Amino acid sequence: MPEPSSKGALGVIASLGHAVNEIAQRLGFVARFFAAILLYSGQSFRRIHLTIREMYFSGFQSLLIMLVSSLFIGMVLGLQGFETLQRFGSAEALGIMVALSLTRELGPVVAALLFASRAGSSITAEIGLMKATEQLMAMDMMAVNPIARVVAPKFWGGVLSMPLLASLFSAVGVFGGYLVGVVVIGVDEGAFWSQMQSSVDFRLDIWNGIIKSFVFGIAVSLIAVFEGYDSIPTAEGVSASIRRTVVNSALTILALDFVLTSFMFRGL
Amino acid sequence: MLFDDCLIRIDQLDFSYDDRAILKGVAMDIPRGKLVAIMGNSGCGKTTLLRLIGGQLRPARGALLLDGQSVPDMPHAQLYALRRRMGMLFQFGALFTDISVFDNVAYPIREHTRLSEEMIRDMVLMKLNAVGLRGAHALMPTELSGGMARRVALARAIALDPMLIMYDEPFTGLDPISMGVIGHLIRRLNDALGATTLLVTHDVQEAFGLVDYIYFMSGGEVVARGTPDEIRASTDPLVHQFVYGETDGPLHFHFPAPPFADELTREIADA
Ligand SMILES: Nc1ncnc2c1ncn2[C@@H]1O[C@H](COP(=O)(O)OP(=O)(O)O)[C@@H](O)[C@H]1O
Ligand SMILES: [Mg+2]
Repeated sequence: MPEPSSKGALGVIASLGHAVNEIAQRLGFVARFFAAILLYSGQSFRRIHLTIREMYFSGFQSLLIMLVSSLFIGMVLGLQGFETLQRFGSAEALGIMVALSLTRELGPVVAALLFASRAGSSITAEIGLMKATEQLMAMDMMAVNPIARVVAPKFWGGVLSMPLLASLFSAVGVFGGYLVGVVVIGVDEGAFWSQMQSSVDFRLDIWNGIIKSFVFGIAVSLIAVFEGYDSIPTAEGVSASIRRTVVNSALTILALDFVLTSFMFRGL
Repeated sequence: MLFDDCLIRIDQLDFSYDDRAILKGVAMDIPRGKLVAIMGNSGCGKTTLLRLIGGQLRPARGALLLDGQSVPDMPHAQLYALRRRMGMLFQFGALFTDISVFDNVAYPIREHTRLSEEMIRDMVLMKLNAVGLRGAHALMPTELSGGMARRVALARAIALDPMLIMYDEPFTGLDPISMGVIGHLIRRLNDALGATTLLVTHDVQEAFGLVDYIYFMSGGEVVARGTPDEIRASTDPLVHQFVYGETDGPLHFHFPAPPFADELTREIADA
């Protein structure tokens, strides 16, 4: 933090300008890196098994944490939703409330947050360690492009897993809400499902949720591969990169969610 | 010109990181088919020079010709085509830790050829046999000792029978026996493959018995050159100090610092 008393107002402005400049430079670097990934994606898609393998690593291995978290979140939604709705005598609208909360917001957002900490961090760690142990440099000297061979498959593996995981998250969450709302509390089962069916719109709710999770998948995967590739090749450097992946992903997901929600559901 | 047939010609080569000059006017000719050592104290720019030859860094100035072609001016695709005919052994091996010894050696073959798995298997086992590790093909890199990992990396570096092999300090951290084994191997591979070899090392004893020619570097410059016998007889104080491992001479053990006495005086004054 700058100290206004010792540097005066000019000092504050200067360090602010310095920080902004640094962030802008870093963003420019990320953009160029993204362009390089896209450029070499053709090469890596010709070896599609690489991307499928990464989907398995980042996607399949996040499954358990997704299933457990979504079940609990769905059950909490069932409880809280029932408490609130019954005050207005509309407990049978519980199905709509649970389904909309999940497909529009909680599914994509929480799944992406979990994905960043489970899969994003390990993507950063893997790439960072490969860099620190000169594996990336060795690959490049063998005339194998590390962006095409390592980075792009990890990126696309994450991007493609994310919508699948988020959809699964929403589905299991709805089931959790059903368990608490219908099976435990005793909301009418027919009303729970039929209200949900009639009010959840495919394009507005489900499709927008999928688009959100796709955007989050791009953001998280890009941050994870970038931080790994850009890490300082030491133990501390890699650990700092992992931390940045988790923190920056979380902030980016939440900020993007606000922007996307404004456009999708308020028509801004 | 010193040799008539050179694989690598370097002239007036300058390189700097940011504004710190690392290489200053380096000139070297590497004769084809020979084993050449690049020696010098740590930090004098040896690894940097290898990375310049491999095209991973670009010089600020100067000429760097490999087989008659200018490496710094090559477009990416041509550079990659060239690197397929180069093998580089990194200081710590740089084996891919997520795949087995066999797959590590097979890696460049699978990436760059369309041979059948059967032929790849034959080639890989042959290369592993050359470094004496055919029996270790199923191990993972984490299960290897330092010397074994270096030998596997060597097998990987020569998988595609390169015309140029570069070794970055292959002897560091090895026991005398492994050192002898690897040194012998480097010589034998150079002669058997008809390749040209660059050996970066500061192990004087090992290198002198092994190589055909030596370049001596200090502070980013070539300060001496010659056959092992010529270097041994050199009267240059720096070369003499290095070859005979003397503590007293033009090379300093201490990083530049203000005189110790001054610092002590200041500490006392502060107190
Ligand atoms: N990526 C880098 N950025 C800045 N300086 C570097 C970098 N890599 C190496 N250097 C510096 O360049 C000099 C030469 O390094 P190097 O070629 O690795 O020496 P060596 O002869 O020991 O192999 C060293 O002083 C080192 O500090
Ligand atoms: Mg070095």
